[in-house]
Amino acid sequence: MIRDVEVLVIGGGPAGLCAAQAAAGAGAHVLILERDDVPGGQLVKQTHKFFGSERQYAGDRGIFIGQMLVEEMTNHPNVEIMTDTTVLGIYEDGVVTALKDEQHLKFRPKKIIVATGAAEKFLTFPNNDLPGIYGAGAVQTLMNVGGVKPADKVIMVGAGNIGLIVSYQMLQAGVDVVCVVEAAPNIGGFLVHASKLRRAGVPICTGWTVKEAYGDGKLEGVVLCRLDEKWQPIEGTEIKVACDTLCLAVGLTPLAELCWQAGCHMEFIRELSGHVPVTDENLMTSVEGIYAAGDVSGIEEASSAMVEGRLAGYAVAVSLGYDVERAQKEVEAARAELVELRSGPMGGKIRAGLAKVAEKRGGASC
Amino acid sequence: MRLEQHPILQFDRGEKVTFTFNGQPVEGYTHETIAAALHAAGIRELGHSQNLNRPRGLFCAIGNCSSCFMTVNGEPNVRVCVTKVKDGMEVVEQEGKGVVKE
Repeated sequence: MIRDVEVLVIGGGPAGLCAAQAAAGAGAHVLILERDDVPGGQLVKQTHKFFGSERQYAGDRGIFIGQMLVEEMTNHPNVEIMTDTTVLGIYEDGVVTALKDEQHLKFRPKKIIVATGAAEKFLTFPNNDLPGIYGAGAVQTLMNVGGVKPADKVIMVGAGNIGLIVSYQMLQAGVDVVCVVEAAPNIGGFLVHASKLRRAGVPICTGWTVKEAYGDGKLEGVVLCRLDEKWQPIEGTEIKVACDTLCLAVGLTPLAELCWQAGCHMEFIRELSGHVPVTDENLMTSVEGIYAAGDVSGIEEASSAMVEGRLAGYAVAVSLGYDVERAQKEVEAARAELVELRSGPMGGKIRAGLAKVAEKRGGASC
Repeated sequence: MRLEQHPILQFDRGEKVTFTFNGQPVEGYTHETIAAALHAAGIRELGHSQNLNRPRGLFCAIGNCSSCFMTVNGEPNVRVCVTKVKDGMEVVEQEGKGVVKE
C-alpha cells in the first residue's frame, strides 16, 4: 500500500522541524520521518545558548529550542511525526520507501524536503581506531543525552565551535579536559566559547595536531606535535600526553546519500564540506519537487539550518498554492535572514561555497 | 559512571533493569542506549574488527558509522548506540560478520 502525502520532510532536526512549521503554518499537510526514537536532531544535546536574532531563538539553549519545536509540531493538527523511521530511497516514480519496526513502508509525496543533516568527519593517524577515540558529537550524546560521564581525561582535536562547546560541556560533566589542539594557526570557533574554556584553565594549542595514538586495547595516550605553516609536522616537537579519551571535532560532512540516490545534481564544494545537492533560491534541487535544507546542503550553524528549513517550507507552500501571498513574503524574509546570518567574517566560507553553488546551477544541464 | 548532578540537565533514565554483556550481568536503565549503559559500567570495548581483530569502540553514537555493531538477543549487527536497554537482554561481542537469522 502506498500512502499519499502532501509534504514529506525527511529528518526531524532543526531544518526539518522548521520546514514543517512553515509548510503546515501555511496550511499544507506534513509528514516528518525521523530515524531516531525522538525528533529534535542534534538539538537534543545542545546545552549552549544560540546566537543570531530573536527570530532564530538567540539566547535560548539548543535543547530547549528543540523541545519547543517538537512540542509545537507534535500538537499541530497538520503535522504527523513518525519516529524510528529510516528513509531508504526516493524513486523515479516519486515513491519514497522507509523502514519502521521491520516494516517496509511506501509514500507518494507531492513535495519532499530532505533535511538529513550531517555526519562527523574522521582524522587519519596511526591507531585512530582504538576504543576511546570518538567524534565530539558522540561524546556530547553520551554525556548530555545518556547522562554518562564520557571520559576521565580527554584531549579535544579541533577548536571550531563544536570542539570548543563540547570541551566546555565536558568540564560541566566533571571531565578533566587536558587541552584543545587545533591544526590551524587560529581558533575557528566563536571567541566567546574559546574564552569560557580559557577562563577555566584549558589551553587551546593552535598549530598542533595528533601524530598518533597509543594504547593496549584501548586509548592510553596520544603523541602531539607542532605543525609548520604548510601543515607539516615539525620533527622534534613531539610530546606524549596520557589520556583515556580523544575527541575529534574536525568538521562535519553532509549526509546527502538520499539526494545522490534521487538523482539530484550533486557537486563537491569544499567550503560546504562535501558533496551537496545544487539548489535554487527556493532550496529546490535539480529534481522537481525535491528540496534540501540545513546541513545536507552545506555545513553551517543550526541557526541557519532552521532558517533554511523555514525558507524551504514556505517555498513548498507557495508551490502548492497555500496562503501564497504571505508564504512568499516569508520566503523573502528567510532569504534576508540568511544573508544577515552569513554576513561578517565568520560567514566568508559559506558565502564562497554558495557562490560556487550558484555558478554550478547556471551551468547545470539537468 | 553516570552523571548525578549537572548544571543544566536532568536525566530521566527510566526503570532500572539488568541485561548481560558476554554473559555478565550489567545494570542499565530503560531510557538508556546499550552503549550508554555499557559506558556507565566502564565497558568501552564493544567488539573486534573482522580482518585484523583490532578492538572496536563507539565512534558516532547516532547510528551512522557501524563501529558499535554487536549481537543482541541473537540478532547480529545491532547498532547499540541507538538501541535501548531492555530487561534480560543478551548483548554479546560479535564474531565476524554475524549471520542473519531466517
